[in-house]
Amino acid sequence: MAVDKKAVPMREQPVHERIRNFNEVPLGYSEEEALREASRCMQCSKKPCVDGCPVHIDIPAFIKALREKDFQKGIDILHANDSLPCITGRVCPQEEQCQAVCVMKKMGDPISIGRLERFLADRDMQNRVQGKAPRPPAVAKKNKKVAVVGSGPAGVTCAAELAKKGYAVTVFEGYHKLGGVLVYGIPEFRLPKAIVETEIRLLEELGVTFVTNALIGRAMTIEELMKDGYAAVFVGAGAGLPNFMGIPGENLNGVYSANEFLTRVNLMKAYLFPDYDTPVKRGKNVAVVGGGNVAMDSARTALRLGADRVFLIYRRSEKEMPARAEEIERAREEGIDFRFLTNTVRYIGGADGFVKQVECVKMELGAPDASGRRSPVPVPGSEFTIDIDEAIVAIGNTPNPIIPRTTPGLKIKKRGEIEADDDGRTSIPGVFAGGDIVTGAATVITAMGAGRKSAQAIDNYLTAQK
Amino acid sequence: MFKILDTYELGPRMHYVLMDAPLIARKAQAGQFVIVRVSEKGERIPLTIADYDRAQGTVTLVFQEAGKTTCALGAMKKGDSLHDLLGPQGNPTETEKFGHAVVIGGGIGVAPVYPLARALKEKGNKVTSIIGYRSKEHIFWEDKMRAVSDQLIIATNDGSYGRKGFVTDMLKGLMDSNEKVDIVFAIGPAVMMKAVCDMTKPAGIKTIVSLNSLMVCGMGMCGACRVSVGEKTKFTCMDGPDFDGHQVDFALLMKRLETYKSEECSCQGGVHGGR
Repeated sequence: MAVDKKAVPMREQPVHERIRNFNEVPLGYSEEEALREASRCMQCSKKPCVDGCPVHIDIPAFIKALREKDFQKGIDILHANDSLPCITGRVCPQEEQCQAVCVMKKMGDPISIGRLERFLADRDMQNRVQGKAPRPPAVAKKNKKVAVVGSGPAGVTCAAELAKKGYAVTVFEGYHKLGGVLVYGIPEFRLPKAIVETEIRLLEELGVTFVTNALIGRAMTIEELMKDGYAAVFVGAGAGLPNFMGIPGENLNGVYSANEFLTRVNLMKAYLFPDYDTPVKRGKNVAVVGGGNVAMDSARTALRLGADRVFLIYRRSEKEMPARAEEIERAREEGIDFRFLTNTVRYIGGADGFVKQVECVKMELGAPDASGRRSPVPVPGSEFTIDIDEAIVAIGNTPNPIIPRTTPGLKIKKRGEIEADDDGRTSIPGVFAGGDIVTGAATVITAMGAGRKSAQAIDNYLTAQK
Repeated sequence: MFKILDTYELGPRMHYVLMDAPLIARKAQAGQFVIVRVSEKGERIPLTIADYDRAQGTVTLVFQEAGKTTCALGAMKKGDSLHDLLGPQGNPTETEKFGHAVVIGGGIGVAPVYPLARALKEKGNKVTSIIGYRSKEHIFWEDKMRAVSDQLIIATNDGSYGRKGFVTDMLKGLMDSNEKVDIVFAIGPAVMMKAVCDMTKPAGIKTIVSLNSLMVCGMGMCGACRVSVGEKTKFTCMDGPDFDGHQVDFALLMKRLETYKSEECSCQGGVHGGR
């Protein structure tokens, strides 16, 4: 039988509708679509996809189970390496990971591994919510407490794994809501918040305790947690203060960091203002600066808030953009105006203190820099201005500064990251760390992988202690 | 949920709220603040910690109705609960023995000045407190302030109580009297803090101000609270809220405080996210 070279497409909200709402864009596979896509997998013996996955999910095995309609076996295979497949099925950059190395790519489209993962995970979540999924086997309780700092992907994964091993886990979150970047950073149209809430509720059922409004480093230090009887601490404190370029006018009204803009819209639900109390500026002509996923999220959010034009200003060319190809494509479909090889020089404000224009300069690519990407250099005399009433600066952030500043003896790297080995061990015995606080800005799956590895290392550490 | 143990009106649209918050009280120090969220759909706003009692496990908040959140908070009763309370946030005010310390509080800013004056007194300073109000009916905590001050000067804009004039007029009087002033702390509206700094800068008197920037996270993440200090961008929640007043770009601070003026709602005269 000839294998279909084309992947089964996933239904999506049409462009003209979705640019005016915050609902999820891709709608998921039906069972029939999932089976059809799964049937394209050659079940090759080399399995390059497994190595392409940062957490080494046995991808051909879960696809085989799906194909055989043994959905429970499929989800069990996913869960063996990935605690939150509903989330990774949506936000993982599969096209750069598992799907990039799929052998089918030589003949046509790679297998849509992320979509198949999402199909199984969504089905499983529905079952679990309705109490139809088998309960996880009861584990013997270990009489040891572990504290997890931060409820983002690293912290939640670490907590889930430790709870499964029988530890009494308490997760401390500074915000009033759980989920970290999954709730304050990633927009509703890419990751519905109801999914994050359900995953966390199911973790509570597993016995994990969550405490909100508890910022470790201020209300309590790591030292105090350990004195309080926590035998180990995992720090997944995530992102910190936003970077700015240091150009004139960046503090004008209407110039946001992407962190602030997305936090207002996602966590505080400013898109529902005035039903919700937190406001956000709804610019008509918006400049977004940067080329990563956060820049794409900001641009598409600004559009949904009612912008007429959204300019995406990036200093290199499209090829160097760190954002997912899929997100760039969706942004383009939605009408984001990409300005490649362009950099911002200054923001120009009016007498009212609000930004009115951004001055830009054209760039050209020179020699490769430390990151291996060709570094952009300004073209003299190519300055021009764009009229704007809002700007969003999405050029990354430093690791969260609170734990590094309040934990004596914790070794910190030059740019503020916590120093930790591959298993998350820090310079303080019993204190582990993972996610963006260790690596700097990375992906959800990388953070989850770190949380899982640390959970294992914590288990080893506490077992050896006896 | 965080329970309100007591609340009463301090003056027109000014309120005292005593919160049950043992974890916050355990660590709170003068100069720090909390982030408050009144309800499920509420915004996060910073409020300065006006007092704390470690033994009782309470913190005191004092605020003026200025926006939707402070109006909602002002309408709450003893026994009601706040949806969220996070703290203590920000760096404590650095106090040591300076000699003669002058603390200046304007309006609602008198509240955070109180634990500061107390801390300065405990460190062995001579403390002169200058507290200014709009009029007699706005005065609160006169007795508390007197108890922690060597000298207390009360000013009202309309002269209905104490001396007539602004806190800066009183400061000028003090400086003109040739009494040596080693350090000034000023907490109040941005325009007042600016006026104090304009006066102390030429005289070379070190002046610490507590900035009331708009905030969202209040914990070193979002960057909403950025200010310009010594031509450098600083974040009030992580680097402050205290700064060297002579280095602060007050014009920028005042502009940024007005960012959401056009989104003001129900409560007149208020801005969102204000302290």
